Amino acid sequence: MEGVPQDCPGAGSAQAGRGSSCQGCPNQRLCASGAGAAPDPAVEEIREKMKAVRHRILVLSGKGGVGKSTFSAHLAHGLAEDEDTQVALLDVDICGPSIPKIMGLEGEQVHQSGSGWSPVFLADNLGVMSVGFLLSSPDDAVIWRGPKKNGMIKQFLRDVDWGDVDFLIVDTPPGTSDEHLSLVQYLAAAGINGAVLITTPQEVALQDVRREISFCRKVRLPILGVVENMTGFVCPKCKKESQIFPPTTGGAEAMCQALGIPLLGRVPLDPLIGKSCDRGQSFLTEAPDSPATAAYRAVIQRIRESCRQHRPEGAPGPNS
Amino acid sequence: MTAGECVAARVWAAEPSGHIGGTWGAWLEPGNLAGVGRILLVLSGKGGVGKSTVSAELALALRHAGKKVGILDADLCGPSIPRMLRAQGRAVHQCDGGWVPVFVDPEKSIALMSVGFLLEKPDEAVVWRGPKKSALIKQFVRDVAWGPLDYLVVDTPPGTSDEHMATVEALRPYSCLGALVVTTPQAVAVGDVRRELTFCRKAGLQVIGVVENMSGFVCPHCTECTNVFSTGGGEELARHAGVPFLGSVPLDPTLARSLEEGGDFIQDFPKSPAFPALSAIAQKILEQTATTLS
Repeated sequence: MEGVPQDCPGAGSAQAGRGSSCQGCPNQRLCASGAGAAPDPAVEEIREKMKAVRHRILVLSGKGGVGKSTFSAHLAHGLAEDEDTQVALLDVDICGPSIPKIMGLEGEQVHQSGSGWSPVFLADNLGVMSVGFLLSSPDDAVIWRGPKKNGMIKQFLRDVDWGDVDFLIVDTPPGTSDEHLSLVQYLAAAGINGAVLITTPQEVALQDVRREISFCRKVRLPILGVVENMTGFVCPKCKKESQIFPPTTGGAEAMCQALGIPLLGRVPLDPLIGKSCDRGQSFLTEAPDSPATAAYRAVIQRIRESCRQHRPEGAPGPNS
Repeated sequence: MTAGECVAARVWAAEPSGHIGGTWGAWLEPGNLAGVGRILLVLSGKGGVGKSTVSAELALALRHAGKKVGILDADLCGPSIPRMLRAQGRAVHQCDGGWVPVFVDPEKSIALMSVGFLLEKPDEAVVWRGPKKSALIKQFVRDVAWGPLDYLVVDTPPGTSDEHMATVEALRPYSCLGALVVTTPQAVAVGDVRRELTFCRKAGLQVIGVVENMSGFVCPHCTECTNVFSTGGGEELARHAGVPFLGSVPLDPTLARSLEEGGDFIQDFPKSPAFPALSAIAQKILEQTATTLS
């Protein structure tokens, strides 16, 4: 909010410095000069930083509450079970950071070292960073407009000392707006392996996920595949399955077929998943025999394989 | 501006300039919302907890009580209300008083405005940064010919960012503004909703109450109730924050299915098991409004 006029057209826009809302803005002359349209020098710095990160994966979904953070956390847990794999989990949901709670790291603080911000380590090979670690109380709301959120994301990518990392998993907020555009922009030079899209089976969710797919195509972000979450619920008493979120249009399977995108797997709704997240434990170790654990593991294996096959070799763009 | 011209074409044609609709205000009739009785902002820090479902159902419950209701869908990146109220594919037209909202029932008792009506294809992504989103929300408030309304229900996206600030700023002139906060019972969701309550306090919004959604699922085979997403989080949150708790709405696959397709939602809705819970919440809101207005 501070200093940015309400209807700021954005420094990169053709209207920068010329719009009616630019009158009186301290940056008006700078914007009008076109300097804002030049590529941000941070993109190059981030590319340097990302040389130490082998694979970069974004977890996306147009819809909220479908299980992006739960999936991101369990992808990180699953990959980090191999002690020789270094995993980094970055939460860019600035207004609703859930990762600290799900990972059992609530109340932890980030420390500053000579080489940047140190992530919070859950295990030797699993580092976590979230805006939640920067807040003093769990009631603190981050009421920021786009430009401030973008600045935070830039800092997370450029200034966090992840060390040598095999997988960087980025958990995102719902939608197709500032956070998503910034991530793709800042990581453009470094390259992104691809996006994992999370959905639930009902059409109202799929509709938002189709929008997210259209976003990925617009910004030329490769899609690793779709994970359908909350597929079917098995009653713990009578063991019969019900569809809480009915797949009235064929669920993720029909959508993936229609759009030519791989379906990475379907994870059933197990009440223990939510409980494990509330307690900050890994569901994979809490319920090793659950069908949902098997489904998670299969999806994680597919992502591992697909990353091994397609490695982005730095330059020139997300499509390499 | 000729009457009946489709607004969508003009909005999208104006897009490259970075300003939607160009010179809004030129045709602005002041006080499009002047007659509104009460504005209810439906908020939640968390996504997918049922903000749109609660907004749609609340609008229907208020309509059943004989009220005239408007719904403003401020979720620009993921508009769900048009589909839920079976208004998908309808177009917004222009009249002398502004944009004509879409009426979802023949009696014209529910008026709806959503970015979904301005998209050429339903799967199109609205990839906008904050300033453009804020501008469109202001237009939805100022330039829509809402007509006389008893209630305006505003459905918002998750979070505490551009859309929320724009909505509160645009609606602040109307004194009858209150927030309804939706959560699901599990701690992870409640954590995000606590932050939303902080937003309400900082923005000076009166919190009408907290609604807990998706609490408990009754197995259709054996009628065993399972708390899929834990239980009691909403009530505890309301107590912690010192705001009223309005009630819990159960997970109801009939309702989910009805929202998706099948039959007429407006007709089916009173038959769903979630209806008693929702009409009780609507009743509390009606009573509260009566006391604040008298």
